[in-house]
Amino acid sequence: MAVNDLAAARSSVRATGDRVFQLLLAAMAAGIPLIMGAMLVALIAAARPAIERFGFTFFVSSTWDPVAGEFGVLPFIYGTLVSSALALLISVPLGIGTAVFLSELAPNWLRSPIRFLVELLAAIPSVVYGLWGIFVLVPWVRVTLTPALKGTLGFLPLFAGPPLGIGMLTAGIILSVMVVPFIVAVSTEVMRTVPRMQREAALALGATGWETTRKAVIPYARSGIVGAIFLALARALGETMAVTMVIGNVPQIKASLLAPAYTVSAVIANEFAEATEDLYVSALVFAGLALLLVTVIVNVLARVLVSRVARGPSLIRE
Amino acid sequence: MGVVTFLCTVALLVPLFLILAFLARTGAGALNWDFFTKLPGAAGEPGGGMANAIAGTVLLIVLAGLLGIPIGVLGGVFMAEYPNARLTTLARFTADVMNGVPSIVMGLFAYVLVVLPLRHFSALSGGIALGVMLVPTVMRTTEEIVRLVPQSIREASLALGIPQWRTTLLVVIPTAAAGIVTGVMVGVARIAGETAPLLFTAFGNRFWNWNILQPVAALPLQIFSYAISPFDDWHRQAWAGALVLVAIVLIVNIAARAAASRQVKLR
Repeated sequence: MAVNDLAAARSSVRATGDRVFQLLLAAMAAGIPLIMGAMLVALIAAARPAIERFGFTFFVSSTWDPVAGEFGVLPFIYGTLVSSALALLISVPLGIGTAVFLSELAPNWLRSPIRFLVELLAAIPSVVYGLWGIFVLVPWVRVTLTPALKGTLGFLPLFAGPPLGIGMLTAGIILSVMVVPFIVAVSTEVMRTVPRMQREAALALGATGWETTRKAVIPYARSGIVGAIFLALARALGETMAVTMVIGNVPQIKASLLAPAYTVSAVIANEFAEATEDLYVSALVFAGLALLLVTVIVNVLARVLVSRVARGPSLIRE
Repeated sequence: MGVVTFLCTVALLVPLFLILAFLARTGAGALNWDFFTKLPGAAGEPGGGMANAIAGTVLLIVLAGLLGIPIGVLGGVFMAEYPNARLTTLARFTADVMNGVPSIVMGLFAYVLVVLPLRHFSALSGGIALGVMLVPTVMRTTEEIVRLVPQSIREASLALGIPQWRTTLLVVIPTAAAGIVTGVMVGVARIAGETAPLLFTAFGNRFWNWNILQPVAALPLQIFSYAISPFDDWHRQAWAGALVLVAIVLIVNIAARAAASRQVKLR
């Protein structure tokens, strides 16, 4: 009797302990969706005056005049999109090439050190890239790259204008270095998940190593590679410091890639601390909110695409 | 074609080596005792250091850690121990999404949350911005590490009559501790170099400050403002600061890698 009571008491203590502990852990895990929700609510609330005042014209107007209280972010959006596109133009071929090397060709002893170095590329702080950009990349673009481009492709409006060093092209180059690790890491991973049989089947049919990669591995991993590119795109869209330091910070829409430009994140970085008017602050938060929504959408798309590879068979049916 | 892919790899690593070489050469020349012990000098005058910025970065990391580590570690343990809970799916998804949120947006969030109500910039708001960034990284790495703890260890503990919660606390977490600490270190190294979320939260300060309700200096902020300044001596110090920052990142990442490979061997 007494023993039974004791056991019952113990097990109820145990159940209470378990429940309390699980609740504590669950509260912490719930912290992250709560933070995300709070972030959305806080930003929407702070952006509200600007949203009500400008509405959709905010995104299609080119007037950015804090003194007159007129705010339109088109030049910033243009700068963000073009610099990110340039970054992908450079980093996608390099990143996929590296991923193929790492997953298909590299000997084992070389694979892990290279992966580590690529990871390191992602770990270097943005401000250090910016510093290097200002003092090494910008002079190189001005003195070496621009004259070379003008000499060969100078007839294109893309390469018109004086060689300043700072500008869209420099921003694109530095962004490409910063986002390429994401392409490499994720593409390598999805290519490694391609079943060995897929490769062996291609080889058994007489395909060369390269044909196997091109016709058996890459098509299988395709959606994951696209996902990797989206992931890099999201990074490029939101990247702030390094871009701010080399893009020139002039809100204009110029055909030339050599001209200075401005991005959404850069204008927030440069002007937010000095924004005194409530509407000014609100407009900058509105821009940030738009940036947040776009990067979240791109990120979610990326995750969906990457996870599709893991499920494999649906792709084979394509 | 194999050669082309190898050349891609080389081309991709060239900037890394260029940056590290340039940092080592320029930064090491600029690094001296004053850098670690003195306050910044007057504008344009040579000399001075970044002692207050280093201290500020430490203060911000402590604040961020107080917020981010408990939520990240315990939340990660929940996700690993209750993999089928609906909350786990939701938390994992949000963590992945939040990992991709631009750091400048985290700054805006902390600004609206803390700076606006208090009406001035503060170390607290900077710490919150960094802490919020720390949560998803720590949570995801903790989840992955705790999942690696063999089921048999949990069962052995439960079989001895130890309740679930004590099993998690006294058996599972200690088994995974090394990996969890490594994950936290890598997360901290990442936020230590963040600049954008601090621009309008911690804001920067030319003097010492330990009051969390006042603006505080930070190493990345100082590097940024020195880099865009017109003074040669400040450029020199910016390089020194960047070298310190990258050295921290390098050491932590190499240590994490060593720890991870040792764990693999143990298994």
